[in-house]
Amino acid sequence: MADQSIADAAGIMATAAEGDRSRRARLVIVLLCVGLAIAVLLSLTSGASDASAIGVMHDWLFGALPGDAALSARDHVIIHDIRLPRVILGVLVGASLAVSGAVMQGLFRNPLADPGLIGVSAGSSLGAVAVIVLGSTMLAPLTSALGTLALPLAAFCGGLATTLLLYQVATRQGRTSVATMLLAGIALAALAMALTGILIFMADDRQLRDLTFWQLGSLGGATWQKIGSVGPIIVLALAAMPFLARGLNALALGEATAGHLGIPVQRLKYTAIVGVSAAVGASVAVSGGIGFVGIVVPHLLRLLIGPDNRYLLPASALLGAALLLLADAVARTIVAPAELPIGIVTAVAGAPFFLWILLRKRGVIDL
Amino acid sequence: MIEARDVSVAIGGKRIVANVDFEARPGEIAAIVGPNGSGKTTFLRALSGDLGYSGEVTINGRNLSAMKPVEAATVRAVLPQATTLSFPFTVREIVRLGLVGGRSGALPGEDQRLPERALARVDLDGFAGRFYQELSGGEQQRVQLARVLCQVWAPVLDGKPRYLFLDEPVSSLDIKHQLIIMDIARDFARRGGGVVAILHDLNLTAMYADRIFVMHRGRLAATGSPQQVLSDELIEKVFDCRLKVGVLPAGNMPFVLPQSAA
Repeated sequence: MADQSIADAAGIMATAAEGDRSRRARLVIVLLCVGLAIAVLLSLTSGASDASAIGVMHDWLFGALPGDAALSARDHVIIHDIRLPRVILGVLVGASLAVSGAVMQGLFRNPLADPGLIGVSAGSSLGAVAVIVLGSTMLAPLTSALGTLALPLAAFCGGLATTLLLYQVATRQGRTSVATMLLAGIALAALAMALTGILIFMADDRQLRDLTFWQLGSLGGATWQKIGSVGPIIVLALAAMPFLARGLNALALGEATAGHLGIPVQRLKYTAIVGVSAAVGASVAVSGGIGFVGIVVPHLLRLLIGPDNRYLLPASALLGAALLLLADAVARTIVAPAELPIGIVTAVAGAPFFLWILLRKRGVIDL
Repeated sequence: MIEARDVSVAIGGKRIVANVDFEARPGEIAAIVGPNGSGKTTFLRALSGDLGYSGEVTINGRNLSAMKPVEAATVRAVLPQATTLSFPFTVREIVRLGLVGGRSGALPGEDQRLPERALARVDLDGFAGRFYQELSGGEQQRVQLARVLCQVWAPVLDGKPRYLFLDEPVSSLDIKHQLIIMDIARDFARRGGGVVAILHDLNLTAMYADRIFVMHRGRLAATGSPQQVLSDELIEKVFDCRLKVGVLPAGNMPFVLPQSAA
């Protein structure tokens, strides 16, 4: 029954422009831009200090406003040095996770694929945990040389190393087997998690607390410096993704057919893999394990605008950013003055949604 | 012209296709027939650039192994036996994927309307808004053909012929649509393109093919016009099945009747 109503709704969508959903997709993208702008303003103005939205906007656009609506010096510091970096980080991480999910799903031709699935996140975690636990002993030269950059770099390297290793395992004679890659990814993720477990076993009490919070995921530690270190990586990776959209669309028909249509499939896969591991590695480094954004966001959007990646990728970036800001707002306020790790919020909302997708798909479309 | 010389294909160390010589000329339908497992699809996949092969394949004089995907996509389009789809695309979105290579050969500005026209040709007028996954197998096969037609809409581009590779294009179709699809192939050839089709129906083959390549256990068993190739002896040898080839008085066209099996 639920399937029928969804099919009906989808049918109305499809017939409105006779199977051409691009106009609808563009409209949704415009609306998502507005939605993201609202989410940004809400995030900037919500919290312990009650700086007004008008005050914040005016302060940015025209300088300080006279009278009551003006930002106090304290508010100015709170907004610019605490909330603004946090909001920018939320936008970057949300967009990066959602787009990475959409790209992985297109690559694996499976709506349930996720960077977490092929070990990218696990590899990044291993790199980051290694720095947290061994940073003052074995890896001391590294951490003293790189300073605060050590953690994001280690996570990025961990993610990239896992992905490249995976690619080596799954590629024979220039062809990448997606099935092998999926299975090898599960094995590598298990290995990375086991190594992470050894490091956690070695950690002292203070490190354990750091690790736990980092693994649960949080945007709490956002600074301009962190944005400077991972922002360019994420922005570069995201900027490359739109060039993959047409190829990913063709890939929905299978690798052979995509090749017949003129898509350089090997290069497409390689670019997608490197882009995703860069974006995910950078995101995990600054925010820890924030799950389900990469599955939930593209899935919702496919229901709304269809699976055309030319629209799905930018829309995922916008919705991923907006949803992560909302989740962060919930994380900051629900147990105020304490703060819930954002990974818990996304998991509590995302896991049931994931199950709902599975239940809905069962018997309708073969996964 | 497509020329294949001494083409052999091995998959996992096992030789599936051995020493096949083949050619497809513009203006003609070249049919590949043979029993299941005789290597027809494997040979077509090698011709499509999906599989490594030994020997030489040239398309319009250019070596296939030196062609980039986008170059090959300009000179030939491939209809696979079956296509599974991973996301809920509409029929129009699928057909439009045929235009992804960007050289349909239609007049400038006509590309936008090609999906509609291609769907009309395969008798799927009004299906553009439907979801691909909701269609029947035969309808899905025709949607894929519409996509393939978009890719090489003009049978001749830059003065050079283009080719349709069709792997069992009528296998899941009713008789009316079998004829429609075969007419589309014939029309493509008449207008200067070339067609390579794997067929199972010997009567359709006799009716439409200009040249037949019979494959048997990975090798070429016979080549020639339907009149030359379709004989009682060859069919018994290749298909292991005693059938009687008849000849219609008009047009001298052979037909094969299972009813007359001894």
